[in-house]
Amino acid sequence: MTRIVLKGGTVVDSRGERDGDVAIEDGHVVEVGSSLQGGDVVDAAGCVVAPGFVDLHAHLREPGKEEAETIETGSRAGAKGGYTALVAMPNTDPPQDSVAVIDFVREQGRRAGLVDVVPSGCITLGRKGEALAPMAELAAAGVRIFTDDGSGVQDELLMRRAMEYGKGLGVTLAQHCEVASLTKGAVMNECQCCTSLGLPGWPSIAEELMVYRDIELARLTGARVHFLHLSTARSVELVRAAKRDGLPVTAEVTPHHLSLDETRLTTFDTVFKVNPPLRSPRDIAALRAGVLDGTIDALATDHAPHPRRDKELALDQAPPGMLGLETALGVVLGVLQIDLAHLVRVMSVNPARIAGIDDRHGCDVLSGAPANLVVFDPQAAWQVAPESLASKSRNTPYVGIALRGRVRHTMFNGAFTVRDGEAQR
Amino acid sequence: MKHLRSIDELGRDGLLRLLELTNHMVEVNRRPVPKVPALRGRTVVSLFFEDSTRTRLSFETAAKRLSADTMTFSVSTSSVNKGESLRDTVETITDMGVDAFVVRHKSTGIPWQISDWTSASVVNAGDGWHQHPTQALVDCFTVREAIGRERFDGLTITIVGDIEHSRVARSNMSAFSMLGANVVLVAPPTLLPPDVSHWPVEVSYRLDDVLARTDILYMLRLQSERMSQGHVPNLREYAETYGLDALRVAKLPPHAVIMHPGPMNRGVEMLIDPSALPNSLIHKQVANGVSVRMAVLFDLLAGESSAANLQQVAS
Repeated sequence: MTRIVLKGGTVVDSRGERDGDVAIEDGHVVEVGSSLQGGDVVDAAGCVVAPGFVDLHAHLREPGKEEAETIETGSRAGAKGGYTALVAMPNTDPPQDSVAVIDFVREQGRRAGLVDVVPSGCITLGRKGEALAPMAELAAAGVRIFTDDGSGVQDELLMRRAMEYGKGLGVTLAQHCEVASLTKGAVMNECQCCTSLGLPGWPSIAEELMVYRDIELARLTGARVHFLHLSTARSVELVRAAKRDGLPVTAEVTPHHLSLDETRLTTFDTVFKVNPPLRSPRDIAALRAGVLDGTIDALATDHAPHPRRDKELALDQAPPGMLGLETALGVVLGVLQIDLAHLVRVMSVNPARIAGIDDRHGCDVLSGAPANLVVFDPQAAWQVAPESLASKSRNTPYVGIALRGRVRHTMFNGAFTVRDGEAQR
Repeated sequence: MKHLRSIDELGRDGLLRLLELTNHMVEVNRRPVPKVPALRGRTVVSLFFEDSTRTRLSFETAAKRLSADTMTFSVSTSSVNKGESLRDTVETITDMGVDAFVVRHKSTGIPWQISDWTSASVVNAGDGWHQHPTQALVDCFTVREAIGRERFDGLTITIVGDIEHSRVARSNMSAFSMLGANVVLVAPPTLLPPDVSHWPVEVSYRLDDVLARTDILYMLRLQSERMSQGHVPNLREYAETYGLDALRVAKLPPHAVIMHPGPMNRGVEMLIDPSALPNSLIHKQVANGVSVRMAVLFDLLAGESSAANLQQVAS
């Protein structure tokens, strides 16, 4: 049996920070302490050793759009970003609304063996917003989180039923908040830039109306609701008030909504087109404050690979979305003054709980814990080189932008998936 | 100047330079044989993905009067219909050795994307609702002729109609105010962009309130599809509130002039026969289109020898 010792790092988990070596054997942490010896000794000096990151929001594109990403390449991108679990979004082709597709996605994840691929299930059949997907069957097949991500469930009655039904199953409903009639043809945030560029605007209220509606439906039904990729100041306020009322709601924001604003679109570079759109500096400030004060539970990437030919279309034709898995840590530490324990909460502990996988991810680094770990240097300054990305696509918006904080090692089930920054498989 | 993509990129100095150059081209166009060899050996491609009468024909005429070779790319008969991407199309045409693309497209930003894919110059002949810089140049030149001075200080130019969906409004608003005009935008709030507070303009929702102090009344076309999208209840109501009829003409000061970029919607924004207006500049706008576009192509393509070439044009 191989013993690995992560030497000289600072352990950070939900219990806080402490210096210590971490010994791993047979897929589990076996010892945490000083001067641990033996086996494969791996340098972690100057680094944080933490439970591996968990992404609540990854588009892995398989099945259906393997030209953009496969479960294997997306898993590798995740491992390079320090992730040990990815919640796979359901807008595949066919969509994740049947046990067959859920099983396929999970099995492809197992075959790749680089992260836990955790399939989400559709709320409605075909993500069409017309009839409920077989949620009980999907829940029996292990699905803990349901979403129609890519679009929101527009119909109020259907959403109410989904929450009531979901409550009975003990699952979480994750909403992509967008009132579709208000965003028809929209390309970028509704703002002074969109006015000057003559691009159809994407009003904040399209998101906020649905956040408000679902908070009230959660109040009515008692269902657990998770808000995906919030992007506006008012959305953060609504969630803050809902939590004050004790409602069972959680929320995520993406690294790009914390770091990039609407003016990026003035270059007409389609890499900056994303749903929800990049917003104003005021929204960014509110999102950051929401992360720091705990209103926002999780950072999620909304990793959305697209092949070059799709992003070479006109701004109004190109699909929304940008890569996120490999840059998330560097972006977040680059823009947020966040203490490391809180960082680990929003990137690992909380998302693991929301995804219902906290038995094996986001766990405290103690003897007996599953060895799903990340080792990162929180000070390392770096820049992304698109050609070295593990993702199959290249649509990263961070070229030429200084990042801080880089993953050195990622360990999944006790084996390195990334060592010294290099993918091991 | 490498590209002409927007009035803001062109800037005030560029705007003044092109208007000055247009004077020379007007002179060329008055000659019995209105043709000079300034751009001999240069090739200009029209890449029009949207319908156009005035702009495309005036660019092609302008190129020919400067002795450039012209190619016309017609979307309906091209490999775009076989699914060839815009980038591949642009790269293919670039490989044939062209010096300028004149581009019209329904999407904002296409001229910027194309200039990433080609070494040739790019002229924006209209992108989405965004910019139509040569129309703005034509209109500035036409106003200059009409008022007999180069700066627009003290002049109130009222632009009326569908501001939100108008590239003409966006480029003209910038160009007019660069030259010193006081620009007033008139539209119902549903046809204004979401936030114009940073634009150097005044906004009014009521045409009748601003007519008496308007020196130049610039009418925009209202597309009938705006009705189905809920921007206005119906065209009759729009015509009553924002259309130009004899009563409204009577409210203008006697010296005021009327402009329209075409194509006109008679019975919607124009309820009066423009040929019956004593002060219409609409035909002059079309006539100046060729001279302005000659100035633009000359400025982009005459290159190192432009001074010598200008001599040639002037002689």
